[in-house]
Amino acid sequence: MLKVVELSKDFGNLRAVDHCSFEVSQGLIFGLIGPNGSGKTTVFNLVTGFLEPTAGRIYFKDREITGLRPYQIGQLGIVRTFQLVRAFNRMTVMENLLLAPKNQAGENCLLGVLRTAKVRRQEQEAIKRAADLLALVGLEKVADEYCGNLSYAEQKMVEITRALMTDPQLILLDEPASGINPTLVNQILDYIRRLRGEQGKTFLVVEHDMRVIMNLCDRIAVLNYGQKIAEGTPAEISADPRVIDAYLGV
Amino acid sequence: MVGATGLFNLGHAAFYGIGAYTSALLAKAGLPWALAVLAGVLLAGFVAFLIGIPTLRLVGDYLAVVTMGLGEIARAVFKNWLPVTRGPMGLPGIPHASLLGFKFNTAGRFLVLGAACLLLTYLLAQRLLHSPFGRVLKGIREDEAAVQILGKNVYRFKMRILIIGSAMAGLAGSLFAHYVTFIDPGSFVMWLTFFILLIIVLGGLGNNLGAVVVTAAFVALREGLRFVKLPGWLNPAALQQLLFGVLLIIATIFVPRGLIPERKVTYKRDYNRAESRRAQQRLR
Repeated sequence: MLKVVELSKDFGNLRAVDHCSFEVSQGLIFGLIGPNGSGKTTVFNLVTGFLEPTAGRIYFKDREITGLRPYQIGQLGIVRTFQLVRAFNRMTVMENLLLAPKNQAGENCLLGVLRTAKVRRQEQEAIKRAADLLALVGLEKVADEYCGNLSYAEQKMVEITRALMTDPQLILLDEPASGINPTLVNQILDYIRRLRGEQGKTFLVVEHDMRVIMNLCDRIAVLNYGQKIAEGTPAEISADPRVIDAYLGV
Repeated sequence: MVGATGLFNLGHAAFYGIGAYTSALLAKAGLPWALAVLAGVLLAGFVAFLIGIPTLRLVGDYLAVVTMGLGEIARAVFKNWLPVTRGPMGLPGIPHASLLGFKFNTAGRFLVLGAACLLLTYLLAQRLLHSPFGRVLKGIREDEAAVQILGKNVYRFKMRILIIGSAMAGLAGSLFAHYVTFIDPGSFVMWLTFFILLIIVLGGLGNNLGAVVVTAAFVALREGLRFVKLPGWLNPAALQQLLFGVLLIIATIFVPRGLIPERKVTYKRDYNRAESRRAQQRLR
C-alpha cells in the first residue's frame, strides 16, 4: 500500500533520514521505532508532504506521491495525527469531526450559502457517522463540548476519530500513546486494532513505548541515525542484536 | 470574516476606496447606479484576488504588514492618478443612488437602502459562516496544518474568503460614495482600517452580530460626541483617534473574545434526531 524507496532527507549538513526503504502492506499495523532523533517523525513529514525529500521516492498504491502537497496527499487517502495533539480547540468535538469529510458540497461558498438539498443531506450523513464513531469511543457525552476543554487523552481520541471521518486508507499515528495513562493507552490500542479488524484500515505507527509497539504492531522497522537497521515481526526485532545494541538494551 | 479565519487583513481601507472610486467614476460617466456598484464590488474582489496570489502564502503578522502596505499604495494611487481620480481635489457631484427610477437622495431614503444592504450582507455572512465552508475557515484559524492533512486546499479557502470580504468592503465604499456624493483620498486612510478592526475585535471575533451592534454603538457615540463642547486647546479629531486607540488596547487585554463571543455550534438536536430515527428502525 505504501512503499518508501531509498528515502533521504538532509537538514543542512545533518542527514535526518538516510536511504530508508520499507513497505507497508494493506491491513497491517506497521511500527516505526528508534531512539530520539532517529528520523521517525521526519519520515512522517516526508510521507505526508510537509517536507520534500532530498532523494528517494514514495509510492501510495503504486502511484508516486513524492513532492505532492499535504492536502493532495490527504485527498488520496493518507491521513496522520501529530505527536502533540492538534485538535481544533475552539471548536466543538462534533465540529472537529464534521469538518473532516472530504469534498463536501457545502465547502463551495455558493452552495454553502444556498444550503442546497445535497449540502443538507451530506451534513446529516456526516452527523450520523460522527455520532456512530463517538459512540464507539465513548465520547458521545462531550460531542458538543469545546475540544480545548477535554482531557489530553480525549483530545487524542478526537484527533484519531477526526482522521477516520475522512475515510482514509492509510493512517499515520505519531506517538498515539504518549502522555496518556496506561488504562487509556489500552483503550486507544483496542480502538486501533478494531479499526484494522473491522474496517481493514492500514496503520503506520511511530511510538516510543516499547510495550505498546510490541503488542500492537504486526511488523516493525527500526531506525537509527536515519538508517533502517532492522525490520521484522516484534519477536524477530526484540531478538535482533543490532536493535538491542542501538535501542532496547540501553 | 477576519475573525473566523484568523487572517489579518489590514487593507480594508483600500478595498473600501476601490469600491468607492470605481462606482463613483462609472456613475458619473452615466452608468446606472446598480451596475456601477456591481463594478465596484467586482473590482475590489479582483484586486483582492491579485493581492492574494503572493500574500496568502504568508501567515499572521506578515499578511497584516503586506495588506497594510496595500492600503497605503491604494491611497497613493487615489491621490496621484490625477486624470482619473482628480487626486486631492476629490470627486464631487457623484450621483445619488437610484434604483428603477427611484432616487435615494434624502437621508431617510438612503437609510432604507443602507439597511437593506446591511441585512443582505449580514445574512450572507451568517449563512457562510455556518456552512461547511465557514467550518473549514474556523479550522484554518485553529490549525492550518491539521486542515491540510484532512485533504483541504487551505490556500483556496483563504483566497475565497479574502475575495468575499474585500468585495463586501467594496460594496460599503461604493454605498458611502453615493451617499455623501463627494470622495477624496482622505476618506480612505489607514485609520479607517483600524476603526473597522476595533469594531471586529470589540464585537467578538467570528461573530457577525457583534460587529453590527458595535458599529451602531460606535457611530452613535462618534456622532453624538460632536456636540460635546471641548476646551479650545483640544483637537477633537486627534482626541477621537486617541480614545479609540486606547479602547482597542483595553479590548484586546480584557475582552479578547469580544463583547459577544463566538457562538458555540451545537448538534445535539440533529444528533438526537438521528438517534431516534435509528431507534425507530430497530423497532420495525
